[in-house]
Parts: sequence; structure tokens; C-alpha cells
Amino acid sequence: MDERFVYRKVKSIKFGIFSPKTIKELAVAKIVTPELYDKEGYPVDGGLMDIRLGVIDPGLTCKTDGQKLKESLGHFGYIELARPIIHINFVPVILTLLKGTCRECGRVLLQKQKMDTLKSELIVQEIEDGRAEKKGKIRDIVTLLKATNKCPHCKAKQLKITLEKPTTFMEGDKRLTPIEIRSRLEKVPDEDCEVFGIDPLSFRPEWAVLTVLLIPPVTMRPSITLESGERSEDDLTHKLGDIVRINQRLFENINAGAPEIIIEDLWDLLQYHITTFFDNEVAQLPPARHRSGQPLKTIASRIKSKEGRIRHNLAGKRTNFCARTVISPDPMISIDEVGVPMVIAMKLTVPERVTDWNMQHLKKFVERGHTKYPGSNYIIRPDGKKKKITDETKEQLLEEIQPGYTVERHLMDGDIAIFNRQPSLHRMSMMCHRVRVLPNKTFRLNPAVCIPYNADFDGDEMNLHVPQTEEARAEAQILMEVQTQLISPRYGLSIIGCVQDAISGNYMLTKFVTLTRNEAVDLLLSSKVTDLSRLPNKEHISGKEIFSVLLPEDFNFIGKSRGHTGNSEEDKKNDTIVLIKEGKLISGVMDKANLGDGSGLLLRTLHKQYGQQRTIEVLGKVFRLGIETLIKMGFSACLHDTDLSENARNKIYETLDAAYKDVDDFIKVFRDGRLEAFPGRSIAETLELKILERLNKARNETGSIVSKNANKASAALIMSDSGARGNPLNLAQIAGCVGQQAMRGKRIEKGYRHRTLSCFKKDDLSSAARGFIRSSFKHGLTPAEFFFASMTGRDSLMDTALRTPKSGYLYRRLANAMQDLKVEYDGTVRDANKKIVQFAYGEDNVDVSRSENGRLNVARLIEKVSE
Amino acid sequence: MHNEIFKEYESKLPMGIINDLKQRVPSNFSQAKLKKVLELACEEYELMKVDAGEAVGLLSAESIGEPGTQMTLNTFHFAGVAEMNVTTGLPRIIEILDCTKSLATPMMEIHLESPYNKGKEIKEFAESIKENRLKHIASEFTVNVAKAAVDVTLSQEKLTALKLTVPSVVKAIESMRGIVVKADGNIVTIKPKGKEEAINEVFKLKDKVKEIYISGVKGITQVLPIKKEEEFIIVTAGSNMKEVLQIEGVDAEKTITNDIIEIAQVLGVEAARQSVINEVKKVIDAQGLNVDLRHIMLVADTMTVTGNIKGLTRYGIVSEKASVLARASFETPLKHIIEASISGETDYLNSVVENVMLNQPVPVGTGLPGLVTKNNKKEEKAKYL
Repeated sequence: MDERFVYRKVKSIKFGIFSPKTIKELAVAKIVTPELYDKEGYPVDGGLMDIRLGVIDPGLTCKTDGQKLKESLGHFGYIELARPIIHINFVPVILTLLKGTCRECGRVLLQKQKMDTLKSELIVQEIEDGRAEKKGKIRDIVTLLKATNKCPHCKAKQLKITLEKPTTFMEGDKRLTPIEIRSRLEKVPDEDCEVFGIDPLSFRPEWAVLTVLLIPPVTMRPSITLESGERSEDDLTHKLGDIVRINQRLFENINAGAPEIIIEDLWDLLQYHITTFFDNEVAQLPPARHRSGQPLKTIASRIKSKEGRIRHNLAGKRTNFCARTVISPDPMISIDEVGVPMVIAMKLTVPERVTDWNMQHLKKFVERGHTKYPGSNYIIRPDGKKKKITDETKEQLLEEIQPGYTVERHLMDGDIAIFNRQPSLHRMSMMCHRVRVLPNKTFRLNPAVCIPYNADFDGDEMNLHVPQTEEARAEAQILMEVQTQLISPRYGLSIIGCVQDAISGNYMLTKFVTLTRNEAVDLLLSSKVTDLSRLPNKEHISGKEIFSVLLPEDFNFIGKSRGHTGNSEEDKKNDTIVLIKEGKLISGVMDKANLGDGSGLLLRTLHKQYGQQRTIEVLGKVFRLGIETLIKMGFSACLHDTDLSENARNKIYETLDAAYKDVDDFIKVFRDGRLEAFPGRSIAETLELKILERLNKARNETGSIVSKNANKASAALIMSDSGARGNPLNLAQIAGCVGQQAMRGKRIEKGYRHRTLSCFKKDDLSSAARGFIRSSFKHGLTPAEFFFASMTGRDSLMDTALRTPKSGYLYRRLANAMQDLKVEYDGTVRDANKKIVQFAYGEDNVDVSRSENGRLNVARLIEKVSE
Repeated sequence: MHNEIFKEYESKLPMGIINDLKQRVPSNFSQAKLKKVLELACEEYELMKVDAGEAVGLLSAESIGEPGTQMTLNTFHFAGVAEMNVTTGLPRIIEILDCTKSLATPMMEIHLESPYNKGKEIKEFAESIKENRLKHIASEFTVNVAKAAVDVTLSQEKLTALKLTVPSVVKAIESMRGIVVKADGNIVTIKPKGKEEAINEVFKLKDKVKEIYISGVKGITQVLPIKKEEEFIIVTAGSNMKEVLQIEGVDAEKTITNDIIEIAQVLGVEAARQSVINEVKKVIDAQGLNVDLRHIMLVADTMTVTGNIKGLTRYGIVSEKASVLARASFETPLKHIIEASISGETDYLNSVVENVMLNQPVPVGTGLPGLVTKNNKKEEKAKYL
């Protein structure tokens, strides 16, 4: 362990403000001059860049702790203010205190007895009802105090105190100076503070009026040297310079006995500078600006907002040992592997401790250096010094190396790495993979893990992190490896499954295909299946039998394929009953309902019975089998997949004509005033509803005509039937009719006056004039139709653009509200204060990611016992 | 026979599993086999339990936040002809979890007692619930310049439909202050009280008069009787649970509203919790997404632990957190830090973010357990270093 650091755990953090006394004790220098540097460019003593406050220049040493740049953390200084100044952030407290206490004796405007009862009530309230309720109660007390105009202690009459924002207090018509305010606050006794919810030990009211100002260390406001050699100071230094200068002038004027007006003006100016030093976004003040006109970034804006200290640097951190590049698919690597480009593998390193037993082994890495793979980049001496391995230093380092040293060697096959794609919306967005060093410059991943990452390969980039300690590696491997993340904690089903080609391939294989034995062996071998003992020994082998080779030998399963109706006759005909007995697929087609993510229990049951490792192996093989099938058989979708017979086309036209006629009839009835309104609707609304319903019906009819008449063996239909890509609606829009374009749930209404486009008659309510597209995509849209389609296209684009930030914010709030709920050892769910939220998690203590779609699959148990 | 065996296991298994088994186990199952199934269920149930330290809150947040990105933003949807406009999708979820006071589309489902639930006089019943203002029952409003008054012609048709009489309407109008009402047949004359008013005052009065409440339940703007599973119910736009439940003929046990705050006020927090669960579930199901009920339950529970329903906002549950830094990391950090220094708060670093800020292990999951080991002699320690 490094001797330079002290390792301690922080137990608690107490909040409060510094008293002038503590500030002076804390400070190492009193700042007296606004000058920063002397002629040589050396920091001036007593200036804002005083080297007692820390150093930001190489070569200088800090006068306080004798350390150099980057070693010294910096120290605080202070300035003595010529006159007291109100701290802008405490203005509200000062106001309530002034209003709630006596102007003469400083006591709370309450009888002693009343005050005591209120204080004990406050304590009870906080315990019983929480913080928010306590705050409400304090607010009530304050309003009560405001109404009192005579002190119950000394009987002094109270005057009305108002605040002239931002920092001027008025008593009646007279202005209260900070000096007066401070002396009044001093008079408030400790026990009276508690009524206002103030802890007098950490916040004496008079400390809210500053008499000395703490100067932050220079390390907190480093200057940068521009190319021209000119120094550019930090915003805070600028502001502090203003404060010191005005303060000096104020001192001089007071000492010289200048007229009160001048002093007051300077005082106000000092108040302004100190206010903007703390917060440059006070509503009533003009923000202090640079010469260029852009507002200064002072303390408040450093802390606030997403880019502020808290959310940017504290709640989120930056890391080393990470890489980012474009991703591309490779089904031939295992699901839990990640392909890492050679260039990256030679930059990212894994530290390995040298021992007697691995010294020879590690020396070889050092010998190869950083240019030859697998080599090493750095050596760390036991004292923590890092040495780069170069051709010059290599020899010497090889001599030097001995147990206790650490070698940072290149990333190699089998190393542990954490792989991540943003937005990291769930825990499966960061999973641990094993490294596979590959040529070329992209990260390679098995397409089956695209789903949890929500990745595709249209240019997506992903990040890779290499854990650097044994603990981190162990934790990553045990908790984050892909295998451990197979079951989604969202719904208790497999989140990793086949996608696209893998689904359509397996669908074809298990539905139509029969191969010769040679072909079958070829297919299996090319999908990396080497155990062929379970392949039946016969001339012609069906696709189902080939698929069965991948399944565990004693696997039993009953499930459903897509389009399962429950009607046994029909299901048998369509082969939608999945029956796996003794590891053999007897009936049923493999499609998205079985192999896809989050659907069906096939993968889930496999996982439950054979464990995670077996599941990803089977899944990997199934995936490759699907792809290989497509490669062997050929698979291309083309336009004529959606060709329809003359007959079918006519049927579609008839359907649409009938719908058009019906709509025209509705409109006619409406115009004649004979239309009867639906309950709770106006006549016009009723008409719209009726038309919309009729046209939707028509589109659905054309859809079913298309599905009925399309060629079942065509690629387009295989894709839609297997669930790999596309749905019947897409096909219907290509071959049949595009249908009604709806905006906000209504037919298109807006556009020109009284009509949607200028090619229609005014007040035309007919189908075509309100955005019904009767053409199909294949046959092409008319100009008007095209325009309507673009309108809804734009609308849905807008929808996505607006949705992302909204759902992001919702997610952030959810996460923030619930992040510290956890299951305790007694099974209850509690928050950070040990307050019970649930007595049993989810009322039955079941972990969703261990359940089968949220429950225990009792059918499986009964089946097991019945055998 | 089976039932006795099931009873035996009621303490070991959750009701959900037992009910599932009761349904699935064939009646000719032997007792021995049933016992075996139950034993097996117990065994698997033990394995399904959550580990101590599991950050279930974060899991729930992820499970609801992640599908949020897939939800539609389309506010309105028509499930059919006989449906009301309802907010669905992401906006509705936000509305529920925020505990928004005024919903975009408040709605009630009023269940009725017999004979109304069989459809008898349901239209009339529905109409009687609907809020009626003067503009709804009047056929014409005119300003009588000569008399400096507003003449309202009441529609006889509507009056009979709502079982109202002219005097009863006059009485309702008189509830407004500062006017004189006179009725002459179907024409009601409304005059500003006191001295002669300027004519533009009368015009203003005309607009005010239109909104006078006459009959029905306040807040219910639309009523729609529909048949739902063999039963007639009334769906309304607008919600006023407190008053609707008091109407005779309303089945107070089944009637619900989608306004969760109203439910909390009328029926209590437990009901509000259940209604949060139901409403969120409804939206998620409608979007065709799959989210386990346990996650929704946990969200509903965090919203209601305090005994009041609180939204997931900086004024709601987040403000209840004990940790200053946790609050500061959410929103308005300065406000929280300043308040903490005034009341001298101490942050005991019990939750997640504070420890992330300080680069310390977080007290969830693997960061939770500590190890106790004997502090051996110094030499021994040195050996391992």
C-alpha cells in the first residue's frame, strides 16, 4: 500500500458555516493587495496568488507545506472586510430572524412557555412525519411571529421589516445597515434559534453577516498560460480581485474620513461584488461579466446543474483503462466474448504482480516491450514509481525486475473487460465479456447480445473498461458476466435471444427443410457443432432433427409457436405446438416466440434446468445454425415477394371502393342532418369516428387479403411469419394499401383554410381529402397522398425527439428516488434510514430475475413429477 | 384431500404459487405425487428468493425507466367508438408518478346497483349525474338593452329530460350574488342588483350567468353509459368521487376514478397505493410492454410510505431523504446545502450517491457485508503484505 496516503473511511459529514474566528484559524495568509504578480511574474506576497495558498506553477514550492505543483492541495486565505457584508444565500434566514425576534432584546417574540412547547413539538414532528412536515411547521411559526408586534419579554414595540431584494433590509422607512443587522443577530440567544430550525452550534445567526471573507486556495482557481505567454486568470480570481480592490478603497476612505455618501456607495459596491462572488445568477442583480460580455462563472454556478461539480464530478467519474470504437457483428465468437482490435489491446494493460513463479514469464513481456504483441507498456516499482518500457530502458528494467514489481502487460485473450453502450438504461447495458484480440479496428460482438445493449451496427460505438485489480475482476466476472445477465430482472425471461437472420434461418430449417446426411453434417460443422453423435443415421434428415442435435439430451418442453390459436386442429395443421421430448424436437416451428428475447419459456426453461453456461452455448449454436442455414439455402427478399394475383388486386380495389362509398354515404347522411350522434358526442365527432372506423376496417381487410394471397414461401413472408423482421401491416402497406394517415388520433384536418390541400374542394370530408392513402407503396403514391404521408412522418419524428428527454428525466427521478432501497437480511425492503418500505419484497420475496416470467412454472414441476 | 395437503404448505409457499398449483394439478393426482410437487415447489421457491443487499429500488427504477423510452407520446387514443379520450403512454405514467393534481383527462367508471346495472333507465341516470350549467339547459341568451338585463330562454326539452322545473332553475341561479332573477314562462330575466348598471356590465353578466351551476355532480363534464362484461356502467369525463359515491344507486365498492390524489383523499393511502399500481399497469399493458408487477408495487410503496401520497419530484419523496448529498445530487443542490448548514445537519452516508461522491464502497449488494477477522501478531501480518 502506498505510504503517502492515509486510508480512512468517512463516517459522516456535518454541515454548517464558519465563524469569523474559524476562518482566521483556517487561513494561512491575509490577503491585502489586489496585485497578483510582480514584474518577474512571481506571485506577490499578500496577493491573491500568494504561494502560501498553494502553487500552480511548476518549479515553485508552497510556503505552507513545502510541496510542489500537484502535490500541495492548497490552503485558504482570508481578507478582513472594512464593513460587514450580507451573505446572499442567507438573506431569507436573516429576514425571518429579524422579523421573528425583538429589535431591542433579541428574544423570540413568544412567551417562554409557548416557545418550549413549540420546540418539543418540532422534534416530535421531525421523527414522526419527516423533514418536509417539520419545514411546514417552522413556516407556520414564522407567520405567527410576523403577526406579533410587541415583544412579550421587554414590551418593546416592533416595527415592520421588509426586504428590498436582493440584500437591503428596511425597518419602516429606515435602512438597516449590515452593522445593525449583525448586532441584532448577535443578541438572539442560542435557545431561541431552535424555534427557527437553526442549530446555533453550526450556524450562529451573526455569522451570516460576513466580517471576514475566506479566500479559496489557488489550486481551486488555477490560471492558464496562453500561447502568447499571457496569463489568463480564473473567473474566481477576477472576482476576488474586484473584492480586494474595493475593500482596500473602502478602508482608505473610512480612514481618511470621507463623506458618508462615498463610503455607502463603496459599501454597496463591495456588497455587489461579494454577492456575485457567491452567486452570479441572482435574479435582481446584473451578472458580473468578462470584458467579452460573457458572465463570470462563480461559486454557485460551479456547483449547480448537470455540468456542475456535484453531478459532473462527484456523482459521475472519469476512468482510465478504457477504449471506445465502432462495433461490428461476429457470430463466430462466443456470446460472452468481445473482439478487441489489436491496436487497442496494445494500449490497454492489465497489471500483473511479479512473483518468483511468474518472473520468467513476465520478463518475456517486458522484453517484447510496447511495440510487439503481447508485450508490456509500464513497470511499477514497489514504491509506486511508474517506468515506461522503451528500447532504451528495456535492458535496465529487465535487470531490475524482481518479486514485488508490477508489470502492466498488454490485453490478451481471456482477460476480463466490461463492455458498455450508452444510454445505460438497465444493468444489462454494462456486462462483462472475455477479451478476444482480433485484427482490424472495430469491437466485435456476437449479435445475440445486441438486444440487451440495444445496439445495431449502423455506426454505433461502444466502450470497453479493463478492471485493474483482482477484486474488481472477480466482482465483474461473478456479477456482470453475460451469462449471469441472461434473465432480465424486468420480466424474468431471457433477454438474450436470436435476432433477425438467426430467427428466419431456424424457422426455415424447422419448417420446410430436409437435407441429406452429408449436407446436414456440413451445416452443423460450419455452425461449430462438433458432437454429431445425436444426428440420426439415415439418408435424409429433417430440419427438426438437425435442430434437435443442439438440445440437451434429456430436455423436455411444451410450448407454442407464433400464431398458436388454442384450436388443436388448426395448430396441428400449422405446426404451432412445440413439443420437445428427450432432447428431440418432435413438433413445432422455431420462431421468435421460442428463440427471441423476452418471449416464450423455451430459453428460460433451458436456463433453469441446465444453467447459464449451457444456455449460452446452446444459444450460440442455435444462432449460428440459423445463419448457416440461410447461407446454405440462400435468402433474399425482393419486391416481387409481395406481388399479388390479378384476382387479389381486384378484390383489394373492391374493398376500398366499398369503403369509399360507405364513407360518402355517411357524409351525405351527415349533410342532410340525419346522422344520429353517439352518446356524449357531437354530430361532427360522430361522423369522424364512423369514417375512421370504416376506413380502418377497410385497411385491415386489404391486409388480410394480402396475407392470404401472398406467397408463403417468399422471403418477405418468411421474415414476417417467423417474427424476424416486419409484420403483416408492413406487407399490407407495400402490397395492398397504405391506409389512413392519422395525426393526434384524428384524420388530417389542418392545412389551408377549410381544406387540407389546395387540390381539394373546401370542406371536403371525403376519404381522399382527409389523408386516406389508397395506393400501396409498391404502386406509388399520388402527390397528395405523398404529402399526407410526409405530414405523419414529420409528426412521428417530432414524437421521438420529444419523448427521449421526457422519459430520460422520468428515469432519472425514479432512480434518484429509489436508489437506496435494498433488501435487508431480514427480508424487508428498507431505505437508507432503515425505514421499512415493504415487509417482503414484491409481497413474496421472489427475485424477478430468478422467476419464470414473474412466477414459478408449476406446469414444469407437475410434468416432472408425473413422469 | 388435496386441500388439506395444500393447507399444510400455506405457510411455506406464497399464495400465488399455491393457487397456481391448485389450478394446474389434475384431480386424479395421487397424494404422494402432490406432496412431491409441493416439496419441489418449496425447494425451487427457496432458490427464487432475493438475496439480502439486492438493490431492488434501482432494479425497479430501471425496469420502469427503460421501457419508458419505448412508449408513445401520443396523448390520445381511441380504443373504439364508444370510448372516452384518455391520456396514455408516457404522459400518463409521468402524471401518475408525479402525483399531478389536475389530470389531463380525469375519468370515472361508475358501477351501479341493480336495477340500473342491467341497463334500466341508465341514460336518465347518467344524465342526472352530469354537471349542468345554465348554458347547458338554455337555448338562448340575450341582452335586453332596454331593461338592462339578461334574458335566458330555457329549453323545455332539456328541462324535462333533466327533471327540472323553472322555479328550481331560478332558485339555482339565485345562488349567485348581486342579481335579481325573475321568471316569465320559459324566459328567465336576470338583472344586476342595485343601481342602474352600465350596459357593458350587463354583457359581462351574460358571460358569467352562463356558468351558473344548476344540477348534477360538479366536475363531471361528460357521461357515457356503456356495457362492460354483462354489466352496464357509466364512464365519465371529469371526476368527483366524494359526491358520486353518495348518490343512491351507485355501487360504491366498484366505482373508481383515475385521479389518484382523489382516491387518497376519499378512500385512504392503501387504496391510493393500489390505484397507482393499477393505473401504471394499465398503461404498460396497453403499450404491449412486459414489466413485472413487483417493480410497480415497489414504486407505489415508495410513493406512499410516509402515509401520504407523494410524487417522484424534488418536492415529493426526494425531499424526504435524510442525506443532504443525496438530495443535493438530484435537483437544486445549493438550496439543500444551505438549508443543511443552517440547521446543522449531519450526513451519515447511509445511501448510495454520497458514497460514490466520496469514492467509498456503497452499502448495497457486495458493498454491504463486512468481514471480521482476528488481528494476528505483527510478524504474521507482515508475511502477507
